[in-house]
Amino acid sequence: MTIRKVFINLSALIVVFVFLFPVIWILLSSFKPASELFRVPLTLFPENWTSQNYLSAWRHTDFLLYFGNTMFIAIVSTILLVFISTMCGYSLAKYKYKWLNVVFICILSTQMLPTEVIMNPLLQVIRRLGLVNSLWGVILPSLGNPTAVFMMRQYFLTIPDEIIESARLEGASEFQIFTRLMIPLARPAIAALAIFSMRWRWNSYLTPLLVLTNPSRWTLQIGLRNLIGAENIEWHIVLPSALLSMIPMIIIFVLFQKQVLGIDLTSGGKG
Amino acid sequence: MNQHKIYKTWAFLFTLPNIILFVLFFAIPAVLGLVFSFTNFNGFSGEFVGLDNYIHLLFHDEHFMGVIIRTTIFALIAPILGYLVSLGLALLLSDKDLVFGTVAKVLVYIPTLMSPVVSAITMRWLFGENFGFINHLLETIGLDPVKWSTDGYAAFIMVILVGIWGAGGFNMILILGRLRSIPPELYEAAKIDGASVWQRFRNVTIPMLKPITFLILLLGTISAFKEFAVIDTLTNGGPGMATTFYVLYMYRIGFERLLIGLASAGSMILFIILLVLASVQTKLQKGGEIS
Repeated sequence: MTIRKVFINLSALIVVFVFLFPVIWILLSSFKPASELFRVPLTLFPENWTSQNYLSAWRHTDFLLYFGNTMFIAIVSTILLVFISTMCGYSLAKYKYKWLNVVFICILSTQMLPTEVIMNPLLQVIRRLGLVNSLWGVILPSLGNPTAVFMMRQYFLTIPDEIIESARLEGASEFQIFTRLMIPLARPAIAALAIFSMRWRWNSYLTPLLVLTNPSRWTLQIGLRNLIGAENIEWHIVLPSALLSMIPMIIIFVLFQKQVLGIDLTSGGKG
Repeated sequence: MNQHKIYKTWAFLFTLPNIILFVLFFAIPAVLGLVFSFTNFNGFSGEFVGLDNYIHLLFHDEHFMGVIIRTTIFALIAPILGYLVSLGLALLLSDKDLVFGTVAKVLVYIPTLMSPVVSAITMRWLFGENFGFINHLLETIGLDPVKWSTDGYAAFIMVILVGIWGAGGFNMILILGRLRSIPPELYEAAKIDGASVWQRFRNVTIPMLKPITFLILLLGTISAFKEFAVIDTLTNGGPGMATTFYVLYMYRIGFERLLIGLASAGSMILFIILLVLASVQTKLQKGGEIS
């Protein structure tokens, strides 16, 4: 029995190490001086630890600019997405009209039309709206999100209709019922959606690539793509930049670890 | 009656933003894409060319069939291997003898936090042909270094490995959720009947995991057909065309060569592929609910 225990723990240790190794390797490499990065034989740990690369990455690239653009897109998208999807999900769950079913089917059907399929015509529409090279050109198309609407609708289905009925009898208006009663009740679902949305938008690639061609509008992902796409890749800049770009996602993961791991359990796959 | 009208108005107002977004960013582009696919539109002007784009792609384009075959192979292999790895992870990390299960799960999940671009950067650094750790390791133990960026097969394998690594933690969490919901009585009963560890796995765990297995495989297949960000950053489709998958090829046609009509026809074909996969998914999901 103890042999089994040793075997299981040892293999788990190896597996976890292998899985995490790419992250460890890039992290340790980012602290090596540029001269040490390619020195054979490679060593796991830097001989002379330095944070110089991080400073160079900060100065060399418009890191702060990309960071700001990405943050603006992520936060504004998330606030609007949560608001719009909560309203829509509530309406789909709590009002009973035939045309609402049609709306619901239309929204779900957009899952069949990911950006990858409609990238050309979508860009034409965004261009016609004058939103090319505007952060809004990335934000607006991302707001009609079927997963988000579906998530909120499912949540509101679990809230009993009687609560709404009694509020109506007490004379509350529909808008008041939604803002004062329903939004507070939906807080767990809203929090989950917000966390999800932040991750989607922070890591999003295709739409920013299509819409934001002007370097002053780039997001972190597009800025990183440009660094790694260069003829001579400056690895001592690329590595710290890539790691720095992850900090907000790591903070979110640390703060909301339970929700992040829990969300994937219940609504996984609908991203 | 009046009250009824108020409800109806609010129901409409609450859904209005999503209706507008649907029309603007889904319905119009979808119709526009279909129209483009019958023209030689280049972003400024175009004429109606009938089915020429479709005929060109399917019968005359020198790369299209290769791209389809390559993408299909990728979309079949990567999800299956990925699933097996995730299943192994889930079983190992939920083992009752494991003393650091929670920490292990969190650590394995960490790579999932990386964006496609960051994971591609990480992998390029790790797989670098002349400077990467992997080749260094191979040479240290006396093997030949692998030409990850100049040999097409090696590059293809690298892309699959990256896919497995990137999705592993996420799929593991899905499988763990399902494993946890298997009633322990089933295992107890099998034990009493004298079933061995392998028989219990074969006759209890595998059937109970069936719905989530189908879900993971299908979602994996669909996202493999949509693969773009990782290969664009990791290999740029190369060497040659070795890792140029469907969406990347359409991106090249539509945005680099500005043959928007042709790219739109390709997108319509992709749409049909995704539609077929999605209908398979709904069928299987319904089947899964019953069992």
